[in-house]
Amino acid sequence: MLNEIEEIKTEALKQLGGTDNAKDLEAWRVKYLGKKSPLTQILRGLAGLSIEERKAVGAAANQLKNQLENASTEKETSLREAQLKTEAQKESVDISLPGRPYPAGHVHPITKTINEVSDIFVSMGFQILGGPDVEWDYYNFEALNIPDEHPARDNMSSFWIDAPSGEKGKQLLRTHTTAITARTLENYEPPIRAVEVGKCYRYEATDATHLNIFHHIDGIAVDKGITMGDLKGVLYEFARRYFGGERKVRFRVDYFPFVEPGVEMAIECTVCKGAGCRVCKNSGWLEILGAGMTHPYVLRRGGIDPEEYGSFAFGMGIERLPMLRYGIEDMRLFYNNDLRFLRQF
Amino acid sequence: MKVPLKWLKDYVKITLPVTELAEGLTATGLEVGEIINTGGAWENVIIGEVTAINPHPNADRLKLATVNLGKEQETVVCGAPNLNKGDKIAFARVGARLIHPETRKAEELKAAKIRGVESRGMICSERELGISDSHEGIMVLAGEAEVGTALADFMGDTVLDIDVTANRPDCLSVVGIAREAAAICGEKVNIPEIIYEEVGEPIEKQASVEIIDSELCPRYCASLITNVKIKESPAWLQERLIACGQRPISNIVDITNYIMLEYGQPLHSFDYEKLKGGKIVVQRAKDGEQFYTLDGEERKLTGDMLTIRDGERAVAIAGVMGGLNSDVTESTTSILLEAASFKATSLHHTSRYLGLTSEASMRFERDIGAGLTIPALKHATQLIAELGGGKVAKGIIDVYPGKKDPEPITITTEKTERLIGVAYNSEQIVKALTALGIECKSEGAKVRVTAPYWRSDIKIEEDLIEEVARFYGYDKIPLTLLGQEIPRQDPSPEINLKKAITTSLAGMGFQEIMNYSLTSLDMINKVASDPDTVKPLRLTNPMTAEQEYLRPSLRGNLLSTLAANRRHEEGGIALFEVGKAYIPRKNDLPDEPEMLCGVMNGDRAERSWLGSESACDFYDVKGVMEGLFRQLGIDISFENSQDEGLHPARQAAITATNNGRKVKLGVIGEVHPKTANAFEIEGTVCLFEISIGAMLPLASQVKMYEPVPRFPSTVRDMALVVDTGVTNQQILDIVKGFKLISEVELFDVYSGKQVAEGKKSLAYRLIYQAPDHTLTDEEVNKVQEQVTASLAKELGVTLRK
Repeated sequence: MLNEIEEIKTEALKQLGGTDNAKDLEAWRVKYLGKKSPLTQILRGLAGLSIEERKAVGAAANQLKNQLENASTEKETSLREAQLKTEAQKESVDISLPGRPYPAGHVHPITKTINEVSDIFVSMGFQILGGPDVEWDYYNFEALNIPDEHPARDNMSSFWIDAPSGEKGKQLLRTHTTAITARTLENYEPPIRAVEVGKCYRYEATDATHLNIFHHIDGIAVDKGITMGDLKGVLYEFARRYFGGERKVRFRVDYFPFVEPGVEMAIECTVCKGAGCRVCKNSGWLEILGAGMTHPYVLRRGGIDPEEYGSFAFGMGIERLPMLRYGIEDMRLFYNNDLRFLRQF
Repeated sequence: MKVPLKWLKDYVKITLPVTELAEGLTATGLEVGEIINTGGAWENVIIGEVTAINPHPNADRLKLATVNLGKEQETVVCGAPNLNKGDKIAFARVGARLIHPETRKAEELKAAKIRGVESRGMICSERELGISDSHEGIMVLAGEAEVGTALADFMGDTVLDIDVTANRPDCLSVVGIAREAAAICGEKVNIPEIIYEEVGEPIEKQASVEIIDSELCPRYCASLITNVKIKESPAWLQERLIACGQRPISNIVDITNYIMLEYGQPLHSFDYEKLKGGKIVVQRAKDGEQFYTLDGEERKLTGDMLTIRDGERAVAIAGVMGGLNSDVTESTTSILLEAASFKATSLHHTSRYLGLTSEASMRFERDIGAGLTIPALKHATQLIAELGGGKVAKGIIDVYPGKKDPEPITITTEKTERLIGVAYNSEQIVKALTALGIECKSEGAKVRVTAPYWRSDIKIEEDLIEEVARFYGYDKIPLTLLGQEIPRQDPSPEINLKKAITTSLAGMGFQEIMNYSLTSLDMINKVASDPDTVKPLRLTNPMTAEQEYLRPSLRGNLLSTLAANRRHEEGGIALFEVGKAYIPRKNDLPDEPEMLCGVMNGDRAERSWLGSESACDFYDVKGVMEGLFRQLGIDISFENSQDEGLHPARQAAITATNNGRKVKLGVIGEVHPKTANAFEIEGTVCLFEISIGAMLPLASQVKMYEPVPRFPSTVRDMALVVDTGVTNQQILDIVKGFKLISEVELFDVYSGKQVAEGKKSLAYRLIYQAPDHTLTDEEVNKVQEQVTASLAKELGVTLRK
């Protein structure tokens, strides 16, 4: 009997080894594990054996049954895996074919820049404020210490509006967002930290680096104890975050009627890294913004006592920032709205 | 302001290399834009003398000039009209690099045959040497120029080209820059004493000055020089003027220009003989007065312009330009020299009004003060006596009605520290101010200052604090970050909403564009429903017709952008812009509503090998809006609309309910074919136009959350047959009225053979949902029956079998 079991084992495992599909495997199962299989017959016949024989044969037969069942499951798994593999191969795709198109639009580079720049100042506690494009002479000039016939007006030639003058003078298209600063000082009580973004307009010829309609961002901080050190610190922090920490920053004296002392901030040229090139006109520096300690006249006009409060203000053009970052040489590209340009951002 | 280094060194010892001096000037507010080495580019250019002029054998206009170059001589072809025998000229040898008249770039000079005559070299104009743009003739050098020497040795120099800010007119002068350079180099300014003999009759006996409009002329000084000979200026003077970018003319004009460059004080020279009665009267012009300025132009003056007059008539527009009637000419022998102070704002107005800006007006309108007049006048008088051989009248006239003692200003260490953040003590403050030539005296923590006469910009303590800060250097101020509490921040819902819209639409495949807010009337009329009712805001001084009006809507520029891109784009184009429209208001600034406007045209999806494309229509733009508003969490409805710019039968208004009140948010639709045609756009153009302001209260509402349903829902489909005129909305209004129906989804619309003529079939999926239990079939069936009954009753709907 035991010999018979041994023979069944050898035979069955040999056959199983040669099985390579589910159908054959099923036939094998019927043959070796089915009701009519020799092994089943042996197990059924156990009752007619002596106790010793029954023990020996029963153990051997059951062991073989388990072994064959495990082997069969293993085989089944391996056959299924092999089959899946074959089937998957049949479903292969050409990964070089384009995907099913999903729409992908783009945000305008100027919007992106405005958001990025304002977010930097917002993170330093500044709040974003707006104001009208069409402005009174008072807010654009008068309140900013630029009275009528002041030479600074020549650098900011204006577009005037065909509309009646009011108490605050003539209507014009604001030449800088500093006009919003004048409103901010009038409308808010200190402490104030605000940035103001918007379109500005100047009666000027347009070329690759000058537009007569462009964007500015201005900022103002008013509180007790604000110093020029804070002005430098905040603007340095801005430059570091926008242009990267490795970029050198320079502060030098400049003049704007609405600040005293006046400051100009420049960064190391992004193109030549300070060595001197066409973009920085060989100076190694790029002027980025104008700033200063808010002129006491301007604070007083806004109802703020300059002896009690310290204040700084700054302003910069927006278009120049993406021009430097992306190497754009013609400012007009931003407003030509050619999709071949805009899609790159 | 161009400052030649040689000239600067007359007043101050320059102890730093020129690049460091330039850096120092730039850091302290005088930006050196360029350091020009005049002469650096003049290799192979030498001084020659024209010794013979012969006609060119083959050209009437050209001549053959023989030039003595010292050791050798050359004969070259020359076409200049001012070629004279005996003139000293700049001669470029073959190999010199000269500025090409067209390319404006330096090119190497080669030997050439000009109309058959070999020419080895060239007599140069100022333009060819890069000195100026002048190309009317060759540059004629002063007589003492030494033949055979390099031009660079004769007139080369290092010139600093400095951008002077509007507050520092004192630095529109070499002496002014010298004061700054002295502070940077730690040196003292040394202005040579002016000594000349006054040998003539006392000036009071020969001339008089009367100031009538003294508020416009605080000071008027004059000197008189007789027996003057008008001639060419000496080489050193010409050279300095050329280095500063000015053209030498004659000794008197050159001297007044030279003194203006030296001190920053403009002067004017009158031909004394032409002044009726030897009188100077400073008075406003008569309104409408005609006047010929010395450029030969006739000017019409207004009553607010200040003139210089003699006993009878205007002889100059004060500070702006002299008159033809009193101009110094070759025959002039007596000069009345003016050094005056005029009110800056009045002068600015006059020069702008007349369109006459000059080096003089530019200085006056920046308020140079009255103190420069005397030193400038004296030095000019001295030079005229020296170079014009004149006799100076005894004394000068100085009428000074605007004289006032300078008000002392106090600068405190406390305020300086409060503003700058650095604790300078009074000694440091005194040191800084003294170095800048500002007189001051320390009194404990205070420093008492009298602003020098040339520093009209120093008026208040802050001005002095800037002087201290810039003397020690802005770079020395330590960086600090605002240490105060962060001020209260108001939310900015509009900015957040605009950001959300922009990101959403970009995610849906729309490209954001940005247009100018100025546009043309033509563009406005192209999209306006009725041009007569729209009165856009106009500029009084437009630059071009394309930018004459403020846009009353974003539509025109968007459609025009679409059309422009259509020239190179094949597939679908979807664009949007967020920006202001400008609507005039009476007696106030215009309303500036923030608008969202977008257009779509062409294929709705990108072309793909996976599917066929089809052109977008009304339902695309509606879908986009539904998607956008769903993202923003705003419930909207669509209603009939009458926008004349849109297709009359394919448009809708978007409405929403805010606090129980219905508000219109905007419109969507297909652009009226007439309008699309006007922009030459083919195919359907879809448009949306939404008011950001109207969306704002809805977008910023905080919505309380609704719990996720805990019980399963039941789905029922129904196919309805209705008259073609019945709208989806009518059915929805009825179906959505049933409480247990949580969602209704239209999934098919059919009209054709399967349904009767004049009918259409609509198929809906209804989702039944109760918040507190699982619905039974009986409950659902009951409601479904009520729905169909109600639809049948209200709209004559039948169920499709």
